Amino acid sequence: MTASGNPLLQIRNLQTEFRVSDAWHAAIQGIDLDVMRNETLAIVGESGSGKSVTALSILRLLPMSGARIARGRILFQDRDLVGLSEREMSGIRGDSIAMIFQEPMTSLNPTMRVGDQIAEAIVIHRGKSWGDARKEALRLLDEVKIPAAAKRMEDYPHEFSGGMRQRVMIAIALACRPKLLLADEPTTALDVTVQAQVLALLNELKTAHDMSVVFITHNLGVVAQIADRVAVMYAGEIVETASVGDLFANPVHPYTEALLRAMPRVDVSAELEPIPGSVPSISGRPEGCNFAPRCQMREPRCSRHPQLSALPGSPGRCARCLVRVDQEQAA
Amino acid sequence: MTSATMTSAPSRQPNALIQAFRRNKLSWLGLALLVFIVAIAVFAPLLSPYDPLAQDILHRLEPPSAAHWLGTDTYGRDVMSRLFYGARISLFIGFVAVLIAMTCGSAIGLLAGYFGGLFDQFVMGIVDVMLSFPTLLLGLMIAAMLGASLENLIVAIAITEMAPFARVARAPTISLKQRDFVEAGHALGFSHIRIMGVHILPNMVSDIVVVGSLWMATAIRTEASLSFIGLGVQPPTPTWGGMIREGFENILNSWWLTVFPSLAILITVLALNILGDALRDAIDPKMRSE
Amino acid sequence: MSNPSANGLRVENLRKHFHLGGGFLGGPKKVIQAVNDVSFEVPKGESVGLVGESGCGKSTVSRAVLHLVRPDDGRVEFDGIDIGKASRAELRHLRRKLQFVFQDPYSSLNTRRTIRKTLEEPLHVHKAGTKAEIRRKAEDAIREVGLPVDVLDRYPHEFSGGQRQRIGIARALVLDPELVIADEPVSALDVSVQAQILQLLENLRQKRNLSFLFVSHDLGVVRHFCTSVCVMYLGHIVEQGPTREVLDSPAHPYTQLLRESSPVPDPEKRLTLVKNDGEVPSPANPPSGCPFHTRCPHVMPVCREIMPKPIAQASGRKVACHLFEHGVP
Repeated sequence: MTASGNPLLQIRNLQTEFRVSDAWHAAIQGIDLDVMRNETLAIVGESGSGKSVTALSILRLLPMSGARIARGRILFQDRDLVGLSEREMSGIRGDSIAMIFQEPMTSLNPTMRVGDQIAEAIVIHRGKSWGDARKEALRLLDEVKIPAAAKRMEDYPHEFSGGMRQRVMIAIALACRPKLLLADEPTTALDVTVQAQVLALLNELKTAHDMSVVFITHNLGVVAQIADRVAVMYAGEIVETASVGDLFANPVHPYTEALLRAMPRVDVSAELEPIPGSVPSISGRPEGCNFAPRCQMREPRCSRHPQLSALPGSPGRCARCLVRVDQEQAA
Repeated sequence: MTSATMTSAPSRQPNALIQAFRRNKLSWLGLALLVFIVAIAVFAPLLSPYDPLAQDILHRLEPPSAAHWLGTDTYGRDVMSRLFYGARISLFIGFVAVLIAMTCGSAIGLLAGYFGGLFDQFVMGIVDVMLSFPTLLLGLMIAAMLGASLENLIVAIAITEMAPFARVARAPTISLKQRDFVEAGHALGFSHIRIMGVHILPNMVSDIVVVGSLWMATAIRTEASLSFIGLGVQPPTPTWGGMIREGFENILNSWWLTVFPSLAILITVLALNILGDALRDAIDPKMRSE
Repeated sequence: MSNPSANGLRVENLRKHFHLGGGFLGGPKKVIQAVNDVSFEVPKGESVGLVGESGCGKSTVSRAVLHLVRPDDGRVEFDGIDIGKASRAELRHLRRKLQFVFQDPYSSLNTRRTIRKTLEEPLHVHKAGTKAEIRRKAEDAIREVGLPVDVLDRYPHEFSGGQRQRIGIARALVLDPELVIADEPVSALDVSVQAQILQLLENLRQKRNLSFLFVSHDLGVVRHFCTSVCVMYLGHIVEQGPTREVLDSPAHPYTQLLRESSPVPDPEKRLTLVKNDGEVPSPANPPSGCPFHTRCPHVMPVCREIMPKPIAQASGRKVACHLFEHGVP
């Protein structure tokens, strides 16, 4: 679990905008995030939080028209990804940074055999011969624990179950030994027992390959299982970052607290406290704190937009809340 | 009990049809042409300088002139007046035939898709056989069997176009009947008729109407072809296909007899196709994104 | 055992197999054994959970209960009436009492109809009053689910997932049902919206004394909402009983696996899976004997041959496992 040294990825003041009815609106803004080596950072949020947009922005996988990175820097291996050309980016995608998605059926080419899809990535990025790439593909299928891998190399995606397809997608992502793996809700569509297997697999692979993982999810249970550190997002902003232990034991931001209280748990019978209201739309965000309209601790000063402030105590701990940050600092 | 607060009321979605027209300037042309042709057909009696059936042997086969803008035919009848009256017939036949085909064909497709099983296989088997015939050949066979007249022509064309509508109606029916709101209807005790008529049909009407506009163009071409062969409306009633037939013998000397009716058919079919495309554009992005 | 379910739902030996393919051009024949010998009860005013993973048959059971899908075998009884043998009039009458809430808020409403038409239609079909009364009932229902009355004249696409789900619930309520079958009603919603809908359902349950058959894959939601739970695997109920007991001390090895795989928002309690290999076999090709034997850490020779029957344990629990053949091991 120990992460050390310089961050592998540093995001500073990232703002990605989408065009809605002829005006540009920020989907995410003011994103400051570090991903250390060999750590799993979970980004957790609900619909409209901007968690997926953040990941897509890192790899510059946003739609060609109607979306743009308006400002900010994304530093990776001493380069600012925001300023790179498309050609330079495609050298990075699938190679030093890889991504896996929620729906493996639509992320895999249905007309191409699975072994070939893995080998393709190797040939393109590592320049190996097709034969060598296929051998490597077989080894990867074994590594992601697909039984009878040699035979399965020749199968098409639709011949695999959901969990198996997800493993194939992981194999493709790992083909070129990325330093950073972005995982966008990779287990959301899977059965819970399969999810447990895939999460365990990801953990093993992360250690074996000396990789960092950015894991995007809406499920706080999953976060508790796999994360070293957590960033909570709401309405396009990071509202809290903490180590996983700190976040669950002592949540600071009112939204984090509210989410934990609204989540039904399998191990404990407790009253659910729903969060009243709903997430503001991308074009309807309030001037002050985004969460204030729904917040029980709202005070008049919350009409000023809060910054992400560091909290005393554990390093890297911050929260975007005027009320709670003062309380923590007073404590 | 917490009351769910509404998100701010969304503005009414701009009419998708108007959007499609804005995007595609050509569709304005199509609309203009169609309006023009329909107007001619409707106001034919007012616009025609002559009685389309009035013969004037002294002035037969005259090229376009001040007296007869589009010339005269073998019997001295004014081509322009015949063209205008012919528009009425052709448009009428095309429209009614497509309407019949649309209603009957879609009903068949809807029933087959909804009930499935052997009924579906049987019905679609027949539909497939019909589809394998070239439209014109089919029309020819039916018209020949029924005999040549206006009513029979409409029936013949309608029959040739039923199969495509059955196909077009069946596919969305199959996907729609599995949607939750249809299951909800069953759970709520709705009858099959209600579910088909109120829940499934309105969700595919737009698809069918688009196809309808394109097939009307085909209907007009089919009518022209059948009239050209002699299986259509009988002379002396003017139809575009019939006019081409009559002018065929003199095609080299009296070019105006075949060219103007052909142009009329061309323009009408073009207009309908352009409009059909615009309709399809309007339907596709709006509804499919649901 | 007393018979409190005279007024409730009683399902006995339900079986449903789907036959695919075959025929002239259909390809090889396949039989999907979706539901096999399923029996349970939903007493009045209680909520019973039906949990399991893909292919377990829980959705098919929910639809077979309402006869949206005709069962091949077995008996479904509600208020003493056998649904399979009911006349058309009786069936219509029963449809009012048994209602359904769907999973996907984006396909459960007809996008071409206003909300008002969607809510009033069932009342018209069942001739439940004059036009004015029907109008009022629709308005009452929409208010009851926490939405303002002006919602009625709008179309589904104007609303969010959570709001649409409320509308779907309102539609289920207009006929004043006694039992609501909910198929994953909150699975497609965000956590915060999920909690709102669960609270709504709970309030409705208390206020109207509704019974629920609650289908879900999420054990946390089931723990919260259901008094008792049936755990399904490949078309069979492997364990049933009071929810807290089943989740806190699961008896059947599959229930144990399911419980242990469910992530808990507490980093102190990370999953340590003893044995979790393989995946659920296909219901088109289920294993012989006990369907779980291919993955069970306690598999015995008899498990491969014979399907275990559900055996009653203490406090109303039932387990279908050879380990419990002679009482608690």
